[in-house]
Amino acid sequence: MTPAPRRTLAPVLSIDQATYDAIVAHARRDHPDEACGVVAGPEGSDRPERFVPMLNAARSPTFYEFDSADLLALYREMDERDEEPVVIYHSHTATEAYPSRTDIELASEPGAHYVLVSTREPESVEFRSFRIVDGSVTEEDVQVVSALTSQSDSAPTDQPSGTTQHRPDTQGAAPR
Amino acid sequence: MSIEVRIPTILRQYTGGEKAVEASGGTLHEVITDLDARHPGLRDRLVDDKGLRRFVNVYLNDEDVRFLGGLETSVSDGDHVTVLPAVAGG
Repeated sequence: MTPAPRRTLAPVLSIDQATYDAIVAHARRDHPDEACGVVAGPEGSDRPERFVPMLNAARSPTFYEFDSADLLALYREMDERDEEPVVIYHSHTATEAYPSRTDIELASEPGAHYVLVSTREPESVEFRSFRIVDGSVTEEDVQVVSALTSQSDSAPTDQPSGTTQHRPDTQGAAPR
Repeated sequence: MSIEVRIPTILRQYTGGEKAVEASGGTLHEVITDLDARHPGLRDRLVDDKGLRRFVNVYLNDEDVRFLGGLETSVSDGDHVTVLPAVAGG
């Protein structure tokens, strides 16, 4: 077995609107507890395709942890499908959408986009994305697209009509 | 005795990039000792002086070893051990 080639990290998270909305809705639904989950995608593709909300076993407003048995099932499933966690998301319910010290210490997927959603404001949502590698945090842009393009790593040449950068979520109308 | 141990991405620096390696032993403790002999440094990422690290999950086949016997859990030929860092934070 040869190790998978190290992909170049995209400086941006491209995510489709439906997945973005699903993450925000999950965060709203579990508020005031933290919500968590992943968006899986084909290995090396950097495409967040399959939304997988997870149970926060800690059921806490200040901590999240995937249930241990769920975690094993999730990784087995991703293995079988040749997927990896492209996005790992969780919410902060009283503070800003920025990785806490614990988030940084425990981050163990250097290839993932760590998405933080803050639900502290009922009418608006902060949705931010970070790389967390060896204790260092790098924020990246979030590009919400109507649908993922077939080649995510090719430079967009046509009109980015379905695209918004750092789109603030002002809908605030997520189902409760 | 041969046990397959699945290694998470973040620890593959110790296994030359391999996703799964072989180890032997009659208990999880012995398996980890053998793993560390083959892939020096791995042990410290799995255990500390109090036992298994809090945010590292180790499974024997389908069961978290915390619900079995922890480091003293018996393993046998053909068993699968899976190591997964907790996905957790604050």
